[in-house]
Formats: sequence, structure tokens, C-alpha cells
Amino acid sequence: MIELIDITKKIGDKVILKNISFKVSSGEFITVLGPNGAGKSTLFKILALLMKPTSGTLKIGGVQVKDGGINLRAKLGVISHNSFLYDSLSARDNLMFYAKMYGLDLAEKAVKEVIRQVGLELSYYQAVKTFSRGMLQRLAIARCLLTNPEIVLLDEPYTGLDQQAIGILNKVLLSLKEEKRTVLMITHNFEEGVEFSDRIFIINRGQLIFSEPNNFEIKTLKDIYLQKVGITA
Amino acid sequence: MTLIKSALAIVEKDLKAEFHSKEMLSVMLVFALIVLVIFNFAFDVKKQIVQDIFPGMIWITFYFSGLLGLNRSFFIEKNQDCLLGLMLAPVDRSVIFVGKMLSNFIFLLIIEILTLPLFFIFLNIALPQNLALFFLVLFLGSLGFVAIGTFLAALSVNTRASDILLPVLLFPVLIPVVLGSVAATKGIFLNMPITDWSIWLKILGVYDLLFIVVPFMLFEILLEV
Repeated sequence: MIELIDITKKIGDKVILKNISFKVSSGEFITVLGPNGAGKSTLFKILALLMKPTSGTLKIGGVQVKDGGINLRAKLGVISHNSFLYDSLSARDNLMFYAKMYGLDLAEKAVKEVIRQVGLELSYYQAVKTFSRGMLQRLAIARCLLTNPEIVLLDEPYTGLDQQAIGILNKVLLSLKEEKRTVLMITHNFEEGVEFSDRIFIINRGQLIFSEPNNFEIKTLKDIYLQKVGITA
Repeated sequence: MTLIKSALAIVEKDLKAEFHSKEMLSVMLVFALIVLVIFNFAFDVKKQIVQDIFPGMIWITFYFSGLLGLNRSFFIEKNQDCLLGLMLAPVDRSVIFVGKMLSNFIFLLIIEILTLPLFFIFLNIALPQNLALFFLVLFLGSLGFVAIGTFLAALSVNTRASDILLPVLLFPVLIPVVLGSVAATKGIFLNMPITDWSIWLKILGVYDLLFIVVPFMLFEILLEV
């Protein structure tokens, strides 16, 4: 579903990602762990087609990404720690706008459905600026699900969430896994979401240094992580 | 077709956001009115003098109040990383430029429509004989300004001193459009033969085209920087 072959990203003389190669099968749930500055966000931007790699090949759904991958973008859904939502617009208007940008048919019906899924029906016409952090992230999840993406990319999705919002996000991740969607989550948080993963990647200093099936308990994984990134517990 | 639909979706979103927040238009309008009042006090309102400097007065007002709008236009996209949200959409990213340019153009036209009658009243200037030509110059002068202004606003929004950087980048590039707008407006208000100033109209047209086509082609590269 997603294949990276020798992806390198340089900004000026600085190498941010160095020869990253991996393959994610359809329906797999991958968690990418790494310390700050490891290159996780750059990897996320390349996967989300927001940034072009300096060299290497990226394939999505077996198709090599070229010229910004306009058509491939429709397959992707992104949830980030930022919501991509406009403060002064209502929940409805925000999602209707994205529905139009994605050329969705029956947009209003789809918007109502995803807003119901994240439990924000009562805030349908409410301005986003009045939302709590948790409500905002729930609406961001709705924005992502609106386009029914085959691949969901998550960048630090648990940042700043309260317990209720964490519960909803966990529920969404579980349903994505059950629906056999391909999910790639970038995080440095071991406490949340890692349990859904089929495989764990660890990135450090721009290189993929660990790629194993997720048979670990959280504590074991933490020890492996600390050992791999060069910090002893 | 997708390009037009998506650009119009951005325009609709910007208009709705502005309708709710009223942040941009109110500031632009207040600024334009303050400048009008200052001009009214600062200059001796003798008809001949005012008629000579009137074109410069209106364009200075429109361009500076338009600058306030341009500065704001990409700030709403920066908040919550909305620009990334737009870049994720399966459309050519130049659509973002077209949509934002059209929104800025509409905002500037609204300011012009609201303040221009006040200029005529306060400065006691008669309407030009050829109103259609005047509106054409207004259209071309405003379009050139918002086209290159939108591009440079997108360029400067991620810098620390974007408020300062935008005018520094914009006005040197805008000189041909400023000269063209002022000279053509002067020609219309002084009832000069069109042959005397039509060259400025042509310059305006050429620069408008240039300021739309070049940013349209470069916008995707700008977003990646």
C-alpha cells in the first residue's frame, strides 16, 4: 500500500532523512517512534505528499508518486496535532469546505454522518473557536474521515487531548483497524495508541533503526526504544 | 472546472470567515476612512489642486488599506496549519493562489465601493465623464495589486517579521501598476484624450497578466519552501 525506497531528504547541507526504505501492506497499522529531531515530521510530510523527497521513490497503492500526486492525495486522510480547521467557521462550514475541496457528492449528508460519529451533533452550527481542545480534535478526526481515506496518517494525534478525547481517538483508531484501513501513526508517546500497532518502527537521526512486529509489552518496548536511541534507562 | 470550483470554495470560505469575524474588512475600512479625513485636513481643497492629486490620493488609500487585508489573508491559513489542510486536497495547489487572490480582490472592491463616494463628496470632485473607463482602471489597478500581493503575502507569512516584510517586498514590484493606475486615473479625471494615456492602460493590462500568470506557475514551489 505504501512503499518507500531509499528516501533521502536534505535541507541545505543537512540530511534529515537518510535512505529510508520500508513497505506497509494494506490494512496494516504502523507506529513510528523516535525522539525529537529524528526526522519523524519530515517523514510524515513526505508520506502526506506535503513535501518532496530529495531522492528515492515513494509508492502509494502501487503507484509511484510524481508531480505532487494530486490523485493519490484523495486516498490519504491526515490527523495532526493541529486541526486544519478555521476558528471563525462553524463545525458544519469547516467540513462543508473540505468536502467541496475534495469534490464530494452529497456533502451535507456525509458531513452530518461524520459529525455524528465523533459525537458533535449538538455543536453542528457552533463556531470552532468556542470548542475545547478535545472537541477540536474530534472535529479534526471527522474532517479526516469525511473523505473515507484508504490510508490514515497521524502525526502526534494525542497531543493536548483530555481523557474523553483520548477515549474517542482510541475508538476511532480501533475502528480504522477493524475496517482494515492502512494506518501510520507518528508519535513519541508510548502510553496511547501503540497497542493497536501491527509493527513498530523507530527512527533516529534520520534513519530507520528498528522495524519489528509489535509483540511487546509497553515496558519492553520502552527499554528497546531507549537502547536504540542511545539513552540508557 | 475543478480548479474553478475549488477556487470558488476557498472564496466562499474566506467570505464566510470574514462575515463571522469581521476582522479584515473593518480594519481596512477604518484605515481608508482615516486616510480620507487626513487628506481632507492636510491638503488645501482648491479644486484645481485636488483634481491633480486626487488620483494619487485614492490609489494610495486603496493600496495601503489593501495591504492590511493582504497581511491578514494568510494569517487565517497559518492558524491551526490550515494551509497544510488545503495542500492535502486533491487539487492543483495553484488553486489556493487563485482562491485567495479572488477573496482579496473582493475585499478590496468592497472597500473601494464603500469609500469612493466619500472621496467624491469630501474632496468635492465631480464624477468623471467616462465612468466605464474609470471602473476599468479601478478593476485593473486593484487586480494587479492583489495578484502579486497575494503571492508575496504567502511568501512572507512564515517569516518572523511578515507585517514589515510584505510592504518592503510588494511596493518595489508594484511600481508599474501604481504608475499605471495613477496616470490612467488622472487622464480620465482631467478629460485628456485617451491616446495620451492609453499606454498606461496597456501597461496595467500587461502587468496584471504577468502578476497572475507567474505566481500561478510558481505557487506550488513557494508552498514547498
